Amino acid sequence: MSQQFDAAKIGMWLFLVTEVLMFGGLFIGYGIMHAKHPAAFQAAHHHLDRILGSVNTIVLLVSSFTMVLAVWAAQTSRLKALITNLWLTFGLAGVFLVIKYFEYSHKFHEGLLPGRFYSHMGDTVPGQFLFFSFYFMMTGLHGIHVVIGMVAILLLLRRAYKGHFSASYFGPVEITGLYWHLVDLIWIYLFPLMYLVS
Amino acid sequence: MATEAITHTNHGDYLVDPPGLKSWLTTVDHKRIGLMYMWSVVFFMIVGGLFALLLRLELLTPKKTIVSAELYNQLFTLHGAIMTFLVIIPAIPGSLGNFALPLLLGAKDVAFPRLNLASLYIYWTGALMAVATLVIGGADTGWTFYTPYSTTTGGGVTLIVLAAFVLGFSSILTGVNFIATVHKLRAPGMGWFEVPLFCWGMYSTALIQILATPVLAITLLLIVMERVLSVGIFDPALGGDPVLFQHFFWFYSHPAVYIMILPAMAVISEVIPTFSKKTIFGYKAIAFSSVAIALLGFLVWAHHMFVAGMSLFAGAIFSFLTFFIAIPSAIKVFNWIATMWRGSITLGTPMIYAINFLLLFTIGGLTGLFLAALSTDVHLHDTYFVVAHFHYVMAGSNLIALLAGIHYWWPKMFGRFYNEAMGKIAAALVFIGFNATFLPQFLLGSRGMPRRYYNYLEQFQTLHVFSTVGSWVLAIGLFLALANLLASFRNKKEAPANPWGGRTLEWETSSPPTTHNFEGQPVLKHGPYDYRPEPAPVGAPEPTHH
Repeated sequence: MSQQFDAAKIGMWLFLVTEVLMFGGLFIGYGIMHAKHPAAFQAAHHHLDRILGSVNTIVLLVSSFTMVLAVWAAQTSRLKALITNLWLTFGLAGVFLVIKYFEYSHKFHEGLLPGRFYSHMGDTVPGQFLFFSFYFMMTGLHGIHVVIGMVAILLLLRRAYKGHFSASYFGPVEITGLYWHLVDLIWIYLFPLMYLVS
Repeated sequence: MATEAITHTNHGDYLVDPPGLKSWLTTVDHKRIGLMYMWSVVFFMIVGGLFALLLRLELLTPKKTIVSAELYNQLFTLHGAIMTFLVIIPAIPGSLGNFALPLLLGAKDVAFPRLNLASLYIYWTGALMAVATLVIGGADTGWTFYTPYSTTTGGGVTLIVLAAFVLGFSSILTGVNFIATVHKLRAPGMGWFEVPLFCWGMYSTALIQILATPVLAITLLLIVMERVLSVGIFDPALGGDPVLFQHFFWFYSHPAVYIMILPAMAVISEVIPTFSKKTIFGYKAIAFSSVAIALLGFLVWAHHMFVAGMSLFAGAIFSFLTFFIAIPSAIKVFNWIATMWRGSITLGTPMIYAINFLLLFTIGGLTGLFLAALSTDVHLHDTYFVVAHFHYVMAGSNLIALLAGIHYWWPKMFGRFYNEAMGKIAAALVFIGFNATFLPQFLLGSRGMPRRYYNYLEQFQTLHVFSTVGSWVLAIGLFLALANLLASFRNKKEAPANPWGGRTLEWETSSPPTTHNFEGQPVLKHGPYDYRPEPAPVGAPEPTHH
């Protein structure tokens, strides 16, 4: 059993490496386009709401903390605390997505859309659609990861209610935790990159 | 010795236990998954090969021969995409890796058996998408999908790009599985330096699959986004940069060349010591050069782009690093030859293929140096010289090694022997056909014949005819090899556990193995290439005649 758990942990770390590299491609693309069009990126980022972005950052950070508490609860066989903290993590992920939904719909409304769908009026600096191409691709891909994380947490909850986890078996909780921290970490990089361009 | 092995071959044989098609489609047995990969790869090799034969036939005359220019573009695109993503990349890891890696390590299965089955289904999904591209209008971009053409042309580019994206996932899952397996499931007593070199090769391949494939995935998604949303990243008209696509693409696709060659080297490192009855020369040098190739492979991508508008300084650095990567490859070749030196060589079919590999890989590797040098590359870039070079490395090395490996492990897979004489004739035809097809292309390229052209100058026709006739010989050779293997199913299951006298663990179980590979947990009693004449451990098979 412990050999299996070790293998699963190696597997998850390797998977996280692939995730970092996948986002890495987008980060590099963003960096290069930013360097080519600094004025457009500067101007475009003013359309983002720093307050909502900051709130979301805090929400995800707290969710990472509740996830740690969940793993700890599993390792110490405290089933009730495990279930509570998994629900808290799930709920915070939901809050993140709701805030993101409001941000997105505001952008949609103003025509701040990627590529050829960009239709915002009154721009003084051309080329701002490039920023929004990256904004939507990167936050969108991140959002998909949040949703996948929420599904994984629901699956954990189902097994937690059945009493599957204890100090002698908590592997799935721990590797889901690893995944969730990565989702958090990516946002920690996305937030300053998108919202705090200077 | 042989009779002793027969007595327990039919007990729990993985091929028939449990029986039925459904048990195959839902199996988590690494051996069955390996075989299903193998047949899938063979199927797509035939498809991609038929496209290649059509291409060569078209090039028989300087003007139109049988297909239109548009169809010609589609054919070379699909030939490249199918052979790269559906055949060469999964060929050895998917088939031989899945089949042999756990056996060589003395394990019951890979670390994540269900993930392994998932990777096969993802592969099939990607394959279906690639085939569907044919139906909805094909793609004419070449397998490299260069922008801005790939983001503006019509047809099924989006679908085939997504197919490559899906196939990448399959490749990543295999890689994750192999790394975890090598780390966690080695037999008791098997330290890192008793791991067979096949597994070192697979491990290094897996490293690249994990580190490079995600970048390809995001690059392909960006192409799709560019086609669907015109996001602008690769489109110069929108402020983007098409050369950025080339950087992204080759950041994956150059390491992918090593995803293709490292497994080939892995197979050869098993075949040569077994058929030379001699301890492999320079075990650590071969093992570490695999890892070195895996890591250095990430630093050379821009040598595909010397004429794409890079600074001379960057070009010089990439050129230097490219020369540098020739060193670990050469280390391996010298070690293999040193292994054969004064060995007791048996020229079985797998060994014939292994020697073919050494010759073809050396030609492929050395001609790579011409392309690594800035000043010669400017002349040879995008000519037939490049086509010939990468076919020597990708087809001449990977596919020949695949054939070596299939012939090497065939008795283990099915418990049956193929016809040895026919196997050798096929190997000879493949070797002659391959060289007849691709050696003339070096000459064509150095005389200025550009790749991917439909029409050409009449002065090139003689060499083109030579190459086309060569492709027929190659096709006959490959067909003979396949027919010979299939004909073995008429033979009795009489292969002994250890037909070649190998020393790695897979030869200690029956042929074919039982579902759980070994009876009990095998324990390592000697090194993987220990051919010293000291009394063999109890129960180890005696070496066959020599």
